[in-house]
Amino acid sequence: MLGNLTLGAFPHEPITVGAGIFMAVAGVSILSILFYFKRWNWLWTEWLTSLDHKKIGVMYIIIALIMLLRGFSDAIMMRLQQVLSVGDSAGFLPPEHYDQIFTAHGVIMIFFVAMPLMFGLINLAVPLQIGARDVAFPFLNSLSLWFTVVGAVLVNLSLVLGEFAATGWLAYPPLSGILYSPGVGVDYYIWALQIAGAGSLLSGINFFVTILMGRCPGMTMMRLPVFVWTVFASMTLVIISFPILTATLGMLSLDRLLGMHFFTSDFGGNAMMYVNLIWAWGHPEVYILVLPAFGIFSEVVSAFSRKKLFGYTTMIWATIAITFLSFVVWVHHFFTMGAGANVNAFFGIMTMIIAIPTGVKVFNWLFTMFRGSIVFASPMLWTIGFIFTFTIGGMSGVLLAVPGADFQLHNSLFLIAHFHNVIIGGVVFGYFAGLTYWFPKIFGFKLNERLGKAVFWHWIVGFFVAFVPLYILGLMGMTRRLSHIDVSLGWQTLLYVAGIGVVIIGIGVVLQILQLIISIRDRRSNMDTTGDPWNGRTLEWSTSSPPPFYNFAIIPTVHGRHPFWDMKHGVSEKRTPHYVDIEMPRNTPMGLYIAITSGIFGFAVVWHIWWVAVLALVVVLSLLMIRSFDYDTEYVVSAEEIKRIEDSMRK
Amino acid sequence: MTTETLTHHTKESKALFGFWVYIMSDALLFGSIFATYAVLHNNVFGGPSASDIFSMPFVLVETIILLASSFTYGLASLYAHHHNEKDKVALWLVVTFLLGVTFIGMELSEFAKLFQSGSSWQVSGFLSGFFTLVGTHGLHVTAGLIWMGGLLVQVLQHGLTVRTIGKISNLGIFWHFLDIVWIFIFTFVYLMGAI
Repeated sequence: MLGNLTLGAFPHEPITVGAGIFMAVAGVSILSILFYFKRWNWLWTEWLTSLDHKKIGVMYIIIALIMLLRGFSDAIMMRLQQVLSVGDSAGFLPPEHYDQIFTAHGVIMIFFVAMPLMFGLINLAVPLQIGARDVAFPFLNSLSLWFTVVGAVLVNLSLVLGEFAATGWLAYPPLSGILYSPGVGVDYYIWALQIAGAGSLLSGINFFVTILMGRCPGMTMMRLPVFVWTVFASMTLVIISFPILTATLGMLSLDRLLGMHFFTSDFGGNAMMYVNLIWAWGHPEVYILVLPAFGIFSEVVSAFSRKKLFGYTTMIWATIAITFLSFVVWVHHFFTMGAGANVNAFFGIMTMIIAIPTGVKVFNWLFTMFRGSIVFASPMLWTIGFIFTFTIGGMSGVLLAVPGADFQLHNSLFLIAHFHNVIIGGVVFGYFAGLTYWFPKIFGFKLNERLGKAVFWHWIVGFFVAFVPLYILGLMGMTRRLSHIDVSLGWQTLLYVAGIGVVIIGIGVVLQILQLIISIRDRRSNMDTTGDPWNGRTLEWSTSSPPPFYNFAIIPTVHGRHPFWDMKHGVSEKRTPHYVDIEMPRNTPMGLYIAITSGIFGFAVVWHIWWVAVLALVVVLSLLMIRSFDYDTEYVVSAEEIKRIEDSMRK
Repeated sequence: MTTETLTHHTKESKALFGFWVYIMSDALLFGSIFATYAVLHNNVFGGPSASDIFSMPFVLVETIILLASSFTYGLASLYAHHHNEKDKVALWLVVTFLLGVTFIGMELSEFAKLFQSGSSWQVSGFLSGFFTLVGTHGLHVTAGLIWMGGLLVQVLQHGLTVRTIGKISNLGIFWHFLDIVWIFIFTFVYLMGAI
């Protein structure tokens, strides 16, 4: 009846039990708050069923921040284990638990923190920046969001029912095969990523089409804000690379479920095929994450240097070059495969070449600041911190691109330090800059600046204290994913330092939560009444903060790269508004239903509860069919209604 | 109202373009499985190889049926786009549907035969690749058939409107795309395997 699911699936270890209880308490308290304030209806109609890209963006960001806390807890536990587990002490985590933690940390941080943060910011900013009322496919947008949420729920569910993968974040076979991972951990991994990945692919298509077909009149490609360009490049990568992930995880799943032999070590399987395929997705994935961050820095650096961006055209071409190059470097993740000197040389050189367009970008940012009158607001601090940190990470990357050096450093902590260096320094700093930058646009008030700066300093200092020791340890020969350390190796002092680093970052995270609370409390004194808090140049600042649900009462016409600047400085003429009726998408819970049923399908397959799986699949298909038969998906907002809303906002 | 129809057109063209982009990504999904098949196709591990198990005449008939279904779908599209004849569209959709069902039936019987002769996907990397590649195509065709059933009802319900014609175009892209994928499967898996 319940497949492999038995009472034994509930956790026994105190830490897991504690985490489960914590999740239950948090869930129950949120539910009771909603009950107490009777906000169910509000939650349902205003948020859960909403197709408004701004609200979907906010929900993406909320889920990302919640998952950040979980991923960060995993980081704390790993650091603590490596501090405690030395010599005779085995630390506080048994190896099989430790292995799940480093796997969950990687999976959560990439798929359920970085990706939703990215899609959140894209949702908030892109339609506004291109002068559109919504994305190309608002319903798919909602579906993507809920697929991502359901993926995250499956990962969290594995904490209280069964186990998570103990394979590392990319689940290399044969370890992830049924022979060496007979439990449900890898299945949770597969289905969480398949469902969330479907959401990412749909979002990729959605924004690709939005950017190409949703631009307002006059917004030619070479007038797009740089953020939109980088998103366009990133979405191109999503469309090309996510199908590879789907196929690869699908084949791994077939190996596990049906006893196929794609990646097994006998019966003619080939485990290295998996490694090649997963990195053919995985390398582009890191550019999917970092390119939009580059876009955010480009917006921020121009706004806070009070200058237009230096080298717009080179910035675009550098982005395109990186997009292309990201597909011809995947072998550098496994030079040790034994592909031969010539193959390794090719991939090594291609990898080093990526430093050139990236360098172009760095110089563009520097030259934008040059002779600008820089405002050291927190988004700008993140940007300067990024340039500094990312350049170091980039250089250690070029070092790793040398196959000879990589043979030594492969799988060592040097690698760990390198990719945290570029992902924290690039992606995380970038998204935090973007959050601070666009926060007032969406919520109508600024984040507390004093705490914002404190957060930045904790993150950047904490980062260096935590990861510079890992560079050194890597050079000393310490490999990644160790749950126990021998005293004689002399690594302990540096691991203590790294532990202090994570504490400093932890204070930063606490300050971030505090910043949110205080900013909401003091919102009246931080109101953005102009809609243009940073003296911006692009269209999103031409709307009110927060913008009305239709974004623009009249779709703007653009005459240059800095449309709002031109409006403010009277270059483009102002006309008396003439409102017309607009068509907006109707809210629908269908995306939520489809995603939840897909989640039930995934869960049933994980536990081999076949009748539920079949049932869920039938329901998903029926829901899709019902949606397809619904021809009443839009409604018209009358011109009078728009006039009324616009007039009330002017008061 | 003129603006109304204008925005509506844009919506259909967005859907059409978006669907093209989806097809490109689907092509990459097949590409990944093709690549895996290419790597594994000689890994028979003592089991049967491609030339041992394929019955070419059977596969040829399968192929002709699928190609014919693409042709009949084309007829449905033509009647939808240029002649506005709802009944003819419905008729050719039904014919296409039946051809598609026949194709799937033949594929399943081929799979069953292989299974009975002991050539299941558990035998070797080659057979895993074969079943997955052909099976993924089969699943796509099945999804297309379900979609076609829904579309048929909608055409009968709403007639040939901008919206239903848009849907006919999208399913058309999907259906012809699956034909192209099959031609690749026929060439690389069956023909080259039989040599």
